Amino acid sequence: MPATDTSALLSIRSVTKRFGRTTVLRGLSLDVAEREFLTVLGESGSGKTTLLRLIAGFEPLDSGEIWMAGERLDTLPPYRRNVNTVFQQYALFPHLDCFENVAYGLRVRGVPKTEIEARVQDALAMVKMTSWTRSLPAKISGGQQQRVALARALVNRPRLLLLDEPLSALDANLRRQMQTELKSLQREVGISFVFVTHDQEEAMAISDRIALMRAGTLEQVASPEEIYARPKTAYAASFIGQTNLLHGQVQGGRAVVGSWEWPCSQPDGPATFSLRPENLLLASQEQPGNGVVRLHARVHDQVFQGAARIVRLQCEEVTLTARVPASEELRENEIFVFSPDDAVPVKDHHAGGQQE
Amino acid sequence: MNGSTRAPWLRSYALLVFLFLYLPIAILILYSFNGGGIGGFPPKNLTLDWYRMLWDDRAIWDSVLNSVIVAAFAVVLSLLFGVPAALALDRASFPGKGLFRRLVLLPLILPGIITGLSLLMLFVAAGLRLSLLTIALGHGTALIAVAVTEVYAGVLKMDRGLEEASLDLGASYWQTFRRVTLPHLRLSIIGAALLIFTLSMDEIAVSFFLVGRENTLPLEIWSRLRRGMTPEINAISTLIFVFSLSSIVLWYRIRTREEGGLVEAQVLEPQSHGGNI
Repeated sequence: MPATDTSALLSIRSVTKRFGRTTVLRGLSLDVAEREFLTVLGESGSGKTTLLRLIAGFEPLDSGEIWMAGERLDTLPPYRRNVNTVFQQYALFPHLDCFENVAYGLRVRGVPKTEIEARVQDALAMVKMTSWTRSLPAKISGGQQQRVALARALVNRPRLLLLDEPLSALDANLRRQMQTELKSLQREVGISFVFVTHDQEEAMAISDRIALMRAGTLEQVASPEEIYARPKTAYAASFIGQTNLLHGQVQGGRAVVGSWEWPCSQPDGPATFSLRPENLLLASQEQPGNGVVRLHARVHDQVFQGAARIVRLQCEEVTLTARVPASEELRENEIFVFSPDDAVPVKDHHAGGQQE
Repeated sequence: MNGSTRAPWLRSYALLVFLFLYLPIAILILYSFNGGGIGGFPPKNLTLDWYRMLWDDRAIWDSVLNSVIVAAFAVVLSLLFGVPAALALDRASFPGKGLFRRLVLLPLILPGIITGLSLLMLFVAAGLRLSLLTIALGHGTALIAVAVTEVYAGVLKMDRGLEEASLDLGASYWQTFRRVTLPHLRLSIIGAALLIFTLSMDEIAVSFFLVGRENTLPLEIWSRLRRGMTPEINAISTLIFVFSLSSIVLWYRIRTREEGGLVEAQVLEPQSHGGNI
């Protein structure tokens, strides 16, 4: 659900950050709503972790401003910001046990002892770690350290929680489990999460909105459903899920790619279209007509995936990928169709690029 | 084979080096028990008389106390400057940092004569009366280099993320230093203190220039030697040797434990060591 109906909690306004001669963030603007789970998704080097460190206050901005709840945030030192972070390597204090790790933020703020006791116990209960209260971080597993790190951040009741690839060190099963738990934890505590990851599946599974970053700028900010169905750029289309990129022209309200044509409302000129593999259908599955685009394909190779089969097709000059139900028997030559609505026009920064 | 023909030769060579290094010390220790005085071979009438005499020797024990005071002061002084310097070397960026890093190590390599003489000139110019204080200042200055190197090694091994986590959790820079940084440097600091204490205890060159009326132990021994050697000197030297050896062993153990990188060892062991130091 795109949480744009509530007012913005965090507002990042044309922020630029350079390290030496490298510009890591280029005039980036982004709003995070109250109670929103926003994922900053990007490849390594896209600047996503730097963005998080700017919000937390570990790095100064070169230009721009960050505001939170009507207050200027970027001029405050990290310890004055009502923001807490779950670090990639957890950064638990090795010389303190789980209880003291969680209590740390309360102790340095001078919270009364009885209140510390109660709040730490609550926080540890929330992440199901009450049995490990007196264990040192080195004595518990990675997943458990992860939970303690979460409790340590949440016990301070921040308005915003930053998570820097917190699941990347966990194995696949634990990871999926933690994704679900994180999501329900976020609903439970009712605060905003800004979650950084390079894993697009994780981003899709967990987020209210995804902010896709590339080379220090935002490529697209939208709900997972929207960014998947309506990618704005060729990069977004291919980074999130699999897609076929069709390079062609728009002439007088018609899209032309090779010998295929369909009506299109884009302005004239070169154009790129994203067509998801599952939107390429076998002609036998679909009634002919209805304005679908028909293509003659030679079946290259198939990869069986259980419920579906990933098929590589040679259509004229172009190689396309389709996903067909595994029950379909494919002959060497088939006719595939797609609906013009499913060919989404995308901006392509370097048009004429490769397909995938 | 090449190795088998060379091995016996190498082995006796190694033995020779070992003897060369430790025979004098062994003889020193042996003669501290020799009833027949300093000369004569083989030693006969083994006795503890010299240790008894040493026990009653007020002047020696006064100088030991002086040395301990000087060493303790040197430890505090060098750590007080050395710890922030080590942190600055890692954290701060300032012009001439590379030069600073090398210069701070210079007193380690510099002959004691140079350090002693230059400090003497400084103190005289400042109108400072030579006393235990001037020796302590001299040792403290010369040994800052040791403090910086030891603590810097610890700083390098520390995860910066921990300090960021602390700031993130609302701790000020000072709270972060006290609650996170210092506990992590604890072993490095203890190691540095041990090393500095030992080095100061038997330092002679710098002390020689800066000594006032009260002698430190090495200077006391040296001045007695001019009046003639007695096995009492052997006895006190034996004690110094044992003390130095055990503190070096202790320092080495702390250091290897730290390099082992075992979090538990770093965290749990200091308490049990505290009593021994």
